[in-house]
Amino acid sequence: MSTTDTTPRYEGQLPADGLTVTGATQWPLWEVFTQAGKGAPHEHAGSVHATDAEHAMQNARDVYARRGEAVSLWVVPATAIVASAPGDAGPFFDPGNDKAYRHPQFYKVPRGVRVF
Amino acid sequence: MEQPITAQADESALVAAFEARIAAGESIEPKDWMPERYRKQLVRMMSQHAHSEVVGMLPEGNWITRAPSLRRKMSLIAKVQDEAGHGLYIYCGTETLGVDRHELLEQLLDGRAKYSSIFNYPTLSWADMGVIGWLVDGAAIVNQTILAKTSYGPYARAMVRICKEENFHKRQGYEICATLANGTPAQRAMLQEAVDRIWWPALMMFGPSDTDSPNSAELLKWRVKRKTNDELRQRFVNLTVPQAIAIGLTLPDPDLRFDESTGNWEFGEIDWTEFFQVIKGEGPCNRERLAARNQAHADGAWVREAAAAHAAKQQRSSTQAA
Amino acid sequence: MADHTEVEEVHEDSAADVTSAALEVAPYNVAGSRGPRFGAPLVEYVLRLGDDRLVLGHRLSEWCGHGPILEEDIAVANLALDLVGQATMFLGLAGELEGAGRDADALAFFRDGTAYRNALLVELPRGDFGFTMMRQFLFDAFSVVQLDALASCGHAQLAAIAAKSLKEAKYHVRHSGEWVVRLGDGTEESHARISRSLAELWRYTGELFERDVIDDAVEAHGIVFDHEAARARWEAIVHDVLQRATLEVPAPPIMASGGRRGRHTEHIGHLLSTMQSVARAHPGATW
Repeated sequence: MSTTDTTPRYEGQLPADGLTVTGATQWPLWEVFTQAGKGAPHEHAGSVHATDAEHAMQNARDVYARRGEAVSLWVVPATAIVASAPGDAGPFFDPGNDKAYRHPQFYKVPRGVRVF
Repeated sequence: MEQPITAQADESALVAAFEARIAAGESIEPKDWMPERYRKQLVRMMSQHAHSEVVGMLPEGNWITRAPSLRRKMSLIAKVQDEAGHGLYIYCGTETLGVDRHELLEQLLDGRAKYSSIFNYPTLSWADMGVIGWLVDGAAIVNQTILAKTSYGPYARAMVRICKEENFHKRQGYEICATLANGTPAQRAMLQEAVDRIWWPALMMFGPSDTDSPNSAELLKWRVKRKTNDELRQRFVNLTVPQAIAIGLTLPDPDLRFDESTGNWEFGEIDWTEFFQVIKGEGPCNRERLAARNQAHADGAWVREAAAAHAAKQQRSSTQAA
Repeated sequence: MADHTEVEEVHEDSAADVTSAALEVAPYNVAGSRGPRFGAPLVEYVLRLGDDRLVLGHRLSEWCGHGPILEEDIAVANLALDLVGQATMFLGLAGELEGAGRDADALAFFRDGTAYRNALLVELPRGDFGFTMMRQFLFDAFSVVQLDALASCGHAQLAAIAAKSLKEAKYHVRHSGEWVVRLGDGTEESHARISRSLAELWRYTGELFERDVIDDAVEAHGIVFDHEAARARWEAIVHDVLQRATLEVPAPPIMASGGRRGRHTEHIGHLLSTMQSVARAHPGATW
């Protein structure tokens, strides 16, 4: 076997050589997002290994949409996803919890009135 | 793995916080801190599970080319395809723990990794396609329904997807059994023979008895597993016996009887010698299964290399063009 | 046993007697037509469509569990499922048109090889993954062109099945075409392997565009298929992909043919003896 990138790759970690894996045994990992119906958001479904974007798209279609679960697919190189670190959870997200005025429940509505 | 924590926090405080999260029913996500032992146990369990799906393609794949009707041929192809898909979903889940699928596959191919003992038994008649769907997938569903609530998020999510898809497997299996049961005398005999052969190995799928299961306590504590092997096995037997009765089958266990007081179907002793023999690689088909996987992997090497080489050339030429 | 005894007795008789006895009926029974014996043209035509897809789907299904990578196991199974599904529809229609009470299963599992009407291309053993994908691509490109034409033909039921199948075939040709490109352009080894496959397969492509009495006869049912135009469209697709795959279009060899009239390669017998084994061991059974 030729030079294989044995660095474990997982969410948020970039392999040194980007996407070019010349090793024979492992194709790069792509994260797959599926849209269940028109107007619905794309949601993370899982991942596939593939050599390039077109290949990833075909594999994603066969793996994650073979029961007609999706009307649209996104494939993203796993290495391109930057995830927030759990240690950031406090500083990142807590301030949002304080801002009750961002949530509809913050606003009082007179009894008997239906608001849309 | 990156550990984004304050330097002064010590391991035991982290473990305590981790276990508190588990106790509170939170799910653990890939980048969360986790004890190394938890990570190891998950990798072991998830990869065994994924390997089982992949090796599980072989015994059923054996009958695809001989399926006796076009409808059966299609549902069997779809089922074996799902197994590949399920293997893939779980490998994906395992990759979030920082291991490559490639690494896991190597362990399978060189015989280091384990997989479900059931797939080391041969498929000898068309009736096996029914009985495997009914009993083997039935047992897997009992296991996986519980695993869908496992503490590790990616594993649980893969299980939810898998459980949804597996319902079709069990139904198609039982449908084949019911059709054979209502068929010609030869078909009925074929079915009963398959049940006689597969019943005990199906019960073994739940693993060693609780008294003999080295990993259980830890897995239960961390809610990787939510029920013990014996609890799940009993649940499976209780669900399955009435289904056997409904289509006029006998189960190959003279000790099988309904216990009014517990509401359980009591069953006889599993042949643990056979179980451990199969686990250790001495089952009827261990060698054939591994040989088939190795052959496929070796035969596919030039294909995987070619695809990677083509992609690299494309990338080089698009970089040059830019 | 009775038959054997009779035959023996005939051989024991003098040759002159046999000849003279046979001559009494000879002018009427011995001189048969040179051409193949066909059934009703429309049935023959639809059988060809069904058999191509059944046999190719069967070959693909042999890959289940043995693919080069898990993703491809899934993809090949999808191709096989689509093709067997299409075959089920075409054979169902053929049985209906035949009106002899045979359904798709009866046609698939209880016909001998010589009654199969698939092109030789699809019955060849699966070979390596490159052979499988090259064959798939050559067929898929044909299938897209063929189904596209049939989707607007004058036979409503046939047109409906063709339209549904066309959607699938369009995806298939994309999948198999991309593999031909990857393997042709990939490594030295893959280029050499797939070049060999292309060379082996090329002589089976001519049959796809052969026109015979059946094609003429079904025009009466509104099924008009221009074989030459189809070949031109097929060549355009194939040449484009081969070029991207850095593969050369082989020189036209003498084309092999015969499947459409039941003159197959020896492979069909082995394929069917596997495929039909369970069904034929239990005639009349329900599965």
